Amino acid sequence: MNASYEWLKAIVPFDYTPEQLRDLITARCCPVDELVRLRADLASVVVGQVVEAGAHPDSDHLWVTKVDAGKGELLDVVCGAPNVKVGAKYPFAAAGTTLPGGLKLEKRKIRGATSNGMLCSARELGLGEEHDGILELNTNLPPGAPFLDAMPVGDTRIVVDVTPNRPDLLSHVGIAREIAAATGGTAALPTLDGATAKVPAAARGDREGSAGPVRVTLEDPEGCPRLTGVFIRGVKVGPSPAWLVERLVAVGSRSINNVVDATNYMLHEVGQPMHAYDAKLLAGPAIVARRARAGETLRTLDGVNRTLDPSMTVIADAERAQGVAGVMGGSTSEVSDATTDIFLEVAYFDPSSIRRTRRALQLSTDASYRFERGVDIEGIPRALERAAQLLIAVAGGSIEGAPIDLYPVPRHALSITIDSARVAKLLGEPVAEPDIATLLAPVGFAVGAFANARASVTVPTWRPDVTQSVDLVEEIARLRGYDSFSNELRPFRRGTVPNSPLAVLTKRVRERCVSAGLLEALSMPFVRGGDDSHVKLANPMAEDEGYLRRDLLETLAKRAEHNLAQRHRDVRLFEIGSVFAPTPAGLPREEMRVAAIVLGHRHPPHWSDTSAPDFDEWDAKGLAELIATAIGGAAQTELRAAPDSSALWEVAIYGEARGVVRRLALDAPVWAPAAFGVEITLVHVSSAPVAPPGQSKLEHPDLGAPTSHFNFKPFPSTPSTFVDVALLVPNDLAVSRVESVIREASGELLESLSLLSEYRGAGIAEGFRSVAWRLTFRHPERTLRDKEVAGRRDKLLRTLEGELGVRQRTT
Amino acid sequence: MSTTLADLVAQLDAFRDATLAQLAVADSLDALEAVRASSVGRTRGALNDYKAQLPKLAGADKPTFGARFNAVKVELEAAIDARHAALSASAPAAAALDLSMPARRQWRGAKHPVTIVLEEIEGIFRDLGFTIATGPEAEHEWYNFGALNFPPDHPAMDMHDTLYLERGGLLRTHTSPVQIRTLQSYPPPIRIIAPGNVFRRDFFDASHAPMFAQIEGMAVDEGISFVDLKATLANFANRFFGETKTRFRPSFFPFTEPSAEMDVACRICNGAGCATCKQTGWVEILGCGMMHPAVLESAGVDSQKYSGWAFGMGPARMALQRFGIPDIRIQYDSDIAFLEQFAQ
Ligand SMILES: [Zn+2]
Repeated sequence: MNASYEWLKAIVPFDYTPEQLRDLITARCCPVDELVRLRADLASVVVGQVVEAGAHPDSDHLWVTKVDAGKGELLDVVCGAPNVKVGAKYPFAAAGTTLPGGLKLEKRKIRGATSNGMLCSARELGLGEEHDGILELNTNLPPGAPFLDAMPVGDTRIVVDVTPNRPDLLSHVGIAREIAAATGGTAALPTLDGATAKVPAAARGDREGSAGPVRVTLEDPEGCPRLTGVFIRGVKVGPSPAWLVERLVAVGSRSINNVVDATNYMLHEVGQPMHAYDAKLLAGPAIVARRARAGETLRTLDGVNRTLDPSMTVIADAERAQGVAGVMGGSTSEVSDATTDIFLEVAYFDPSSIRRTRRALQLSTDASYRFERGVDIEGIPRALERAAQLLIAVAGGSIEGAPIDLYPVPRHALSITIDSARVAKLLGEPVAEPDIATLLAPVGFAVGAFANARASVTVPTWRPDVTQSVDLVEEIARLRGYDSFSNELRPFRRGTVPNSPLAVLTKRVRERCVSAGLLEALSMPFVRGGDDSHVKLANPMAEDEGYLRRDLLETLAKRAEHNLAQRHRDVRLFEIGSVFAPTPAGLPREEMRVAAIVLGHRHPPHWSDTSAPDFDEWDAKGLAELIATAIGGAAQTELRAAPDSSALWEVAIYGEARGVVRRLALDAPVWAPAAFGVEITLVHVSSAPVAPPGQSKLEHPDLGAPTSHFNFKPFPSTPSTFVDVALLVPNDLAVSRVESVIREASGELLESLSLLSEYRGAGIAEGFRSVAWRLTFRHPERTLRDKEVAGRRDKLLRTLEGELGVRQRTT
Repeated sequence: MSTTLADLVAQLDAFRDATLAQLAVADSLDALEAVRASSVGRTRGALNDYKAQLPKLAGADKPTFGARFNAVKVELEAAIDARHAALSASAPAAAALDLSMPARRQWRGAKHPVTIVLEEIEGIFRDLGFTIATGPEAEHEWYNFGALNFPPDHPAMDMHDTLYLERGGLLRTHTSPVQIRTLQSYPPPIRIIAPGNVFRRDFFDASHAPMFAQIEGMAVDEGISFVDLKATLANFANRFFGETKTRFRPSFFPFTEPSAEMDVACRICNGAGCATCKQTGWVEILGCGMMHPAVLESAGVDSQKYSGWAFGMGPARMALQRFGIPDIRIQYDSDIAFLEQFAQ
């Protein structure tokens, strides 16, 4: 909503500056996005400070000054004003600026002294006839600041971001009402020049009637609960008077002609959209509010041919649609220079019907915006009367017959019971009963007498958002001022909700990834997808973002590629995010996952190193182990052979396949190192409804199971002893298989098993490798004898040969 | 007494460690040569003694020890060569370590700036007695809108341009569905915050992204009031921004009544007005309000007995302000040059 500061002031007197008004509207109603000074022709004039002033050597009335205009250097400016003072600030127009009136300033010499611009008088700025000297500014703003900030002149447009619940604020009257409530003043419509025509009382009817020669019929009272109109004969279409043009320009609207401007003025002043038809172009002449016929077409005022359907309400003449009701008029009956007779339609259209229509037509107008939010159905007769008066004042003509008002089911004002005890309880501070009435009355609520803490409140018809007592609580709070309520922190009871296991796990995994030197990435979950394996969006923003990711590595790989494109060689990223898989019906299966990608140097290269190795498969495997053990603990984590060749390993937690480690084929430059990816599922996130609407399904408010702990092992007090074995392992036999046989055969005294080396080549048969382990044995109570260890080793070697056919390396 | 493999390997390792220790203090080429001669030297080198032990081992142990022996020999020779190179390079002789040279570093990880802000917010609310709740990102329309008192065909829907899924459901436009899920699952008193990603059909620009983090908060109990709401959020603001002025002003959300927005004094101009705060001196931080009775009822909570407040704020935009990041799109590039700045 664009409001004009001067227009508001014409409705309600106040002393606020535009800034103060902005703060008041923001504090009591809704935020103000912007203040726009409308003297844009002064936009390039700045605050200039005279730093030096000396007499012109060749003139007795000129001064040569040095002016600071915020440009970082002082400008030489010749000035003829007798009142120029060193240190004072004046409006300054630099060379190149065009002044109001069209004078373009240029750098020039005045009697031999260079002048880079002009210190201006009020008259030179179009601010009056005063020419006694240059205009001294009383401002704290620094040199170079816009002059309009130092001295607001001309009207100011106040851009109010009206929330969807407050249609009453979509007009100057509505905003003025709020200002009046703050100041204690009264809002009243200003008298308009010549708007004195006597408007006869409207003829009331249900479904039909006449306004002058025009037959008016209401066929669709659902889409159009109230239809009013007036016939004006003998208008002269032409330009609007200056004051009207100025008002419309101030709110950002364009002047079209006096008739259309009058209706636009009413829209902005009282918030009631209306439409003027050239009555001679109406077949009948008739006006009918009805549903559109299937396939009915209409060329709207914007020149677009539109196809309508029966869900839409139209205003038609005896033959065809002449306008989409509440959205836009049609071009056939548009008011033109040749128009002499007018039918002015003022109506109330059903908000949700308007919303559906304007969405279907993708056509949003100032009118549809207001109807969609709800105009004041009871304000229509007053709006019609004022509009007719204004129209006649600016375009002439006279009313023929009486206006018509078809209103089959009059609305009753809503009454709500307010309970002052409940108000106090919800707001946390009592509001005295007399104060409740004092706060609510100025914005149109009628508060009855309180009895037993209760009173009946009648809601003004322009406030469709107020339907229950809690809405009145908001009115009371905002009108008293939200900031007038205490910020005192009061005691509270501890909640029953345990921390979400998902949040706890996510945090633990994230800490681990960070401590492993990974950087947390954030990627959009939208992918090109294109097949049944991905969840499809019904209304994607772009064709290549039509699906949701199924794996984190899908989108994280793109982030790695972005880094390679930025010529970053060492990329270590992780991400924790959701992935989605389609289900036959209903919502996707959603999982929270963690993924990591590493490529490039394993460590930052150091000057003393002779080589700087890159990340390899073993780093990726280690990373997967590190992350997976944050989920299930070491005992529950296993990295096993991947079921297919797309991955290197499968990550199993609690025996369940939960992730993969893979080599990544990135879209990468030739210099890019090999890339490895890890992806592990943290949890399945259920989207099943907790309970049917209106019901709950309370869980026992437990505090969460204690996290599983491992048992502390006492430090050993006996020495350990070890044996190293080197085995010839066939290439196709997994080392993990050999290790499990070693563990089993070695018994409980085996404290640790560590792989020392793998060797292929000279001395080792083709198809084999030599793998060496160190087995560390320890008895908890005594020192192991060499013989015992040797015995275990012999048994182990026999078992290995027996079970796996694996022998010791002998060469 | 026969020599066991274990004994021998232990001795070999001890010898290796001792030799490495000597190398570390050999601060001249002469000293280094002395170490070389006494360790791996062909004639006087002590390593030879270990090789001499080989025949005493059981046949099966020989290759194990042999491999170990070779590994130690290679390691020591490499260490001596490296030391030699270092000493030669740092002529004149006897140069000490230049301690000003750079350390050997590890890669440093970092949380995303949005996570950093989120965790800070979580920490403050944890101190105020809140626990963390979560919910799905793909939601039922009822949880996202219906339960939250969004009237169908109402302009309020325009504030939530929604991404719908082809097979039904939508991507949640706010974290508020977690309010309903939590209320349906646990009895009051409830004090939760719910961080998570939300989605809007907003095209990328400097301050909008189609997916962004949000954090929801909710307190429900008997007698919860607007004063509790203001006090808790003002307390939060003072802790998050440092001692600061806050301003509460009217707003509109279908699921709260009264609805409010909280602003804090602009940190850049200290309230005087600047481009960041659109000359107002205030910066919007969060939307909040008393929970609408219809919302409590839709989750099966008796709105006569209980009342509550809720808020929602955007850590992504708060991260822009906190770290002076000029454009929200940078947060989604995941450029190393950006992320490494947070590895403090
Ligand atoms: Zn500022």
